[in-house]
Amino acid sequence: MNGLLLTTQQALQLLLYGDAELWTIVLLSFSVSLKAILLTTPFALLLAFGLNHGNFPGSRIILAFFNSLLSVPTVVVGLFLYVLLTRQGPFGDLKLLFTQSAMVIGQMILCFPVLVALGYAAIQAADRRVWETARTLGAPTWFTILTIFYEVRFGLLAAVLTGFGRVISEVGISMMVGGNIMGYTRNITTAIALETSKGEFAQGIALGLVLLSLAFILTAFLSYIQSKQGVTK
Amino acid sequence: MKKTLLVALLYFFCAGLVQAEPIRLATTTSTDNSGLLKVLIPYFEKQTGHVVHVLSVGTGHALRMGQDGNVDVVLVHAPTAEMRFVDAGYGLNRRNLMYNDFVIVGPADDPANIHGENNAVRSLQKIARGKLLFVSRGDDSGTHKKELYLWKKAKWIPELSWYREVGQGMGRALQMANELNAYTITDRGTWLVMRSQLSLKLLAEGDAELYNPYSIIAVNPARYPSINYLGAMSLIAWLTSVEGQNRIRNFRLEGQALFIPTAIKN
Repeated sequence: MNGLLLTTQQALQLLLYGDAELWTIVLLSFSVSLKAILLTTPFALLLAFGLNHGNFPGSRIILAFFNSLLSVPTVVVGLFLYVLLTRQGPFGDLKLLFTQSAMVIGQMILCFPVLVALGYAAIQAADRRVWETARTLGAPTWFTILTIFYEVRFGLLAAVLTGFGRVISEVGISMMVGGNIMGYTRNITTAIALETSKGEFAQGIALGLVLLSLAFILTAFLSYIQSKQGVTK
Repeated sequence: MKKTLLVALLYFFCAGLVQAEPIRLATTTSTDNSGLLKVLIPYFEKQTGHVVHVLSVGTGHALRMGQDGNVDVVLVHAPTAEMRFVDAGYGLNRRNLMYNDFVIVGPADDPANIHGENNAVRSLQKIARGKLLFVSRGDDSGTHKKELYLWKKAKWIPELSWYREVGQGMGRALQMANELNAYTITDRGTWLVMRSQLSLKLLAEGDAELYNPYSIIAVNPARYPSINYLGAMSLIAWLTSVEGQNRIRNFRLEGQALFIPTAIKN
């Protein structure tokens, strides 16, 4: 128990006194995951919208497919991507293995189903009349879509935040296709894995604390906007 | 506010794009965890302007990365596997770089009574005869290969009842041996880094069988024309130069010299 207190104390010191290596890792984690979520969101939400309003045959099956991908293990995505990106693989010429880009791509694959499934649920909550009214008033399609997105912005935001939570906390993809290169592809989770293997628990716990605080902030933010949504309705 | 956000976004997307072709070095956990590369690489980068990306995995995995052309150069410690790697045409220009040694560690009360034993094979036989817990890396690393070789020499096939194959890096394996009060075999570097956190004791050392030579091998550019062969060769050249070798010799961990350079014969 004493050891736990001591390591936590050391961890806080590392965080507060701005250990450069530690903060490099934190920034890298955020940079990669933000890129992944920002690049994925527009496509995923448009697909979610299409599935909702398109009413084309097979849309149910596509949705079920994305729902089942919600719980895909990250190491499976990592392995899948590794096989694709390895030098002998189909995309080997792109030289993407062990780069940040590979991590971004992997995390995009990971958060895409989350955004589609949760985005779909959010858009479904929109009043169908919004679409009809906007169209009747002569709004172009893209504007109508944006209007609907604005109507359900809280739900969409919740979807994006959940997706972000999923990618920032994953370790399998980052480890496999990033390679845990210091200063280049080492992020919070792979660093924790490494530091633990070296027995440097303090640094691991410090990074864990960053992730935990992020989880708290995201959850608090989510419940805040949900309470706000209650007021507006 | 919007402008700041835009600049921040642009920064996120562009950072990492502006970078010279890096040299990808696949190496073993022992060279990386000991801190040796952290000391050496910055000198090399400063003098040559190259950027080195270090991927630290087990020897087997590192060689596999080289075989697949996913890295430019490998720094490993498993002579037999290295020879196969070169003979198969995956790598070339193999140079001896340095050596250190393996040691056998175990619980402080030493139930196998191997303390002070200078014959590694005999030590393992004692552990096996007593059916005492033994942690094996089990990850096809250089250390694992050495351990399997020693079991073969000891003419003993480890049994599941006391032999724990953990499939993890050296640091993790030492921790597990510590928790299980088990024996294990480790490179001296990782042992020195970790020993303050462990209640295990260094029990057997000094056998010529425990010699642990490291080599550096460039990946064959004929197989993968797009790899950074020139970068790999300049890293090899620097590490085997007088300066590189001196820096290896002068590297200290907890006040102890850890690696003895072997590239240049006097």
